[in-house]
Amino acid sequence: MRKHLAFCVLLGIPAFAQVQTTNTAAGDNTALEQKIRDLEDRIVALEGQVRLLKSQPSVAAATATPGQLSPASTASPTSAETTGTATAQAAPQEPVRLGGAGTAASKALNPDISMIGDFIGTAGKNNVVSSPAMEMHESELGVQAIIDPYARGDFFLSFGEEGVNLEEGYITFTALPGGIVAKAGKMRSAFGKVNTLHNHVLPWIDRPIVSGNLVGGEDGINDAGFSVTRILPAPKGLFLEGTGQLFRGDSADVFKSSQRSDVSVVGHLRGYGDISESTNLDLGVSYARGHNDLGSSFVTNLYGIDATLRYKPLRRAIYKSFVGRGEFIWSQRQQPGGAACLPGTCPDGVAPNFQRAFGFYTSADYQFARRWFVGGRFDRSGRARDSRITDNGTSVVLTYWPSEFAQIRGQYRFTRYGAPLSSTAPPGKEDANELLMQVQFSLGAHGAHPF
Amino acid sequence: MINRLTFVGLLAALLLPSCAFAKKLNVVTSTTDLAALTQEVGGDRITVDSIAKGYQDPHFVEAKPSFLLKLRNADLLISVGLDLEIGWLPPLITQSGNGRIQPGANGYLDASQFTEILEIPQGKVTRAEGDVHPLGNPHYWLDPDNGRRLAKGIAGKLGELDPADASYFQQRLADFDKRLLEAEKRWDAEMASYRGRKVVTYHRSWPNFAKHFGLDVIGYVEPRPGIPPTPSHTLDLINLMKRENVKVMLIEPYFDLRTPNSVASQTGAKVLVMTPSVGGEKGVDDYFKLFDYDLNLLKQAFDSTK
Repeated sequence: MRKHLAFCVLLGIPAFAQVQTTNTAAGDNTALEQKIRDLEDRIVALEGQVRLLKSQPSVAAATATPGQLSPASTASPTSAETTGTATAQAAPQEPVRLGGAGTAASKALNPDISMIGDFIGTAGKNNVVSSPAMEMHESELGVQAIIDPYARGDFFLSFGEEGVNLEEGYITFTALPGGIVAKAGKMRSAFGKVNTLHNHVLPWIDRPIVSGNLVGGEDGINDAGFSVTRILPAPKGLFLEGTGQLFRGDSADVFKSSQRSDVSVVGHLRGYGDISESTNLDLGVSYARGHNDLGSSFVTNLYGIDATLRYKPLRRAIYKSFVGRGEFIWSQRQQPGGAACLPGTCPDGVAPNFQRAFGFYTSADYQFARRWFVGGRFDRSGRARDSRITDNGTSVVLTYWPSEFAQIRGQYRFTRYGAPLSSTAPPGKEDANELLMQVQFSLGAHGAHPF
Repeated sequence: MINRLTFVGLLAALLLPSCAFAKKLNVVTSTTDLAALTQEVGGDRITVDSIAKGYQDPHFVEAKPSFLLKLRNADLLISVGLDLEIGWLPPLITQSGNGRIQPGANGYLDASQFTEILEIPQGKVTRAEGDVHPLGNPHYWLDPDNGRRLAKGIAGKLGELDPADASYFQQRLADFDKRLLEAEKRWDAEMASYRGRKVVTYHRSWPNFAKHFGLDVIGYVEPRPGIPPTPSHTLDLINLMKRENVKVMLIEPYFDLRTPNSVASQTGAKVLVMTPSVGGEKGVDDYFKLFDYDLNLLKQAFDSTK
């Protein structure tokens, strides 16, 4: 019996040892797998660090400093060798002697640059407002960058076929206390909706008649000054934002500053609510006040209401959308009463006279395929200087997007002018039937989609 | 005395939850996947909300002002990065009036730094290649290995912003890591027999997914990223699929099915509406269910098109 037991024990030892070896081997494998995974993770983390460092201006600056090697340039070769990915194009190893201008890494310091071309062709007859048959209407150069942890800068230079204009150039302070966002520089003012939009994001080729008659046309209320915006407390689900702006007082033919105290102000209150995840309503009220071209004693007040209804089903957001817009603007322009008093020469004591004009547009744009949009607009507006004259217009617009970066648009526009613009022309109504064609194209940095 | 005790007790009961609430980190993520991973490691010590929905094309989210209400109080903003959100996130960040989440600030986290990035263009990049991402393909979360790395990176960031709870986040990370590893083993085993199978996808949303599960993506419904299908490209795709005997097409829930269906009818392929994100379909409400859902669809399709 004892012999048997000893035999069994002897037989059992190798079996037990084998089980133990298998267990150890399995344990080793798991540990090894874990180790490989950890190593993989470390490589990926290093690659990520390299990408991050390469995109940071401070590191780019360091690489551009003669005789210094940045962490990016030392780390890259290791990870590039290990993985064979694009990290091979790492920051240069050699000392840079070009003052930061000639290296790939130094380009990380460069701002985002974009250029948007806007070509317009016009056919048909318009005796009141003339435009050439074909023109490179605008070439807008955008230069944008984060300045430091507290601010960003945006420049938009608008080139015509001749001459250039600083459309906007401002700094935005993004890290102010109290949720305040402040801007300083030259900017499109927050009066209504269309006034804030650059040409290339408009849903039409032209701007509504009311913009031209009451709010300064294409340039609009666009001036040098300060802007302060803050989200205001509101009931849950409602977005309320207030904007206050102070400008020098020069904006197209709306405001004119004759002396330093002739500043203009703009205020805008915006309310926004999501009706559903696909539909939302955006409402705004605006006010602007400034001195007009008749001198410091003459003031123009503008009041505006804007409303935008948007629909975009999220699952089919790139194929289908609808935007309905409307803007209603009232202008109160102080003018000397009576013909005896000419602009600028009006004697003291002459009671100023208010010209009260009203204008609006309503429009609808429907996207019916990924690349196709159809829209229409109805215009009606009195003239700021003579509110008895009213201009009307109707437009139909068809837009095609070959890609996100190009756009071809056609617009049929019928306008019934209340009177010719020139005082020498005979009074009476003037009709204009025009066909407009536009090609827009965008180069460089991907801009944000307008909302 | 009892009254006083009751009063103190009531006061404590009232104050405690508010203290706990005040301590919670408020995290906003650009996509639902990042929100799901943040929730995994953040547990009940954070609140997390995503801007985009899972069934929405993350390239084309509208910068609605209502998102500003989320962002203005955020302690941490986590983005996918690699220019995925370039069309909508930068203006939202600028307008939020929240200095904590501005790029470069401590509360801004570009999650792409933690992950393996594929399809980084070599040499000169032009838009002749479509809406190409110069920094690499941003759909990286669809590889569970990247999911693990993301969770680790996010847990580290949460611990940095809330050091008192750092060990809690690490503990949750360890638990998530363990569960993910188990799930990964299961997924890998389930997909083992399908490795090397050829598929066509609509957009380049699946390179990390395909790499992990050994799928061979041989073509796309889009001729170039962001460019809608053209008749000539569709014809080429049909011929390619017939030649290569491709029987499965992966389509994201936000793309039109007309072209894929027409291609499928001529090639005998199966159109699978797979969700690339958490929340893309009903019931897909965490990172594990995302892979469970997609892999289940894929297996069924492969089995039925043998």
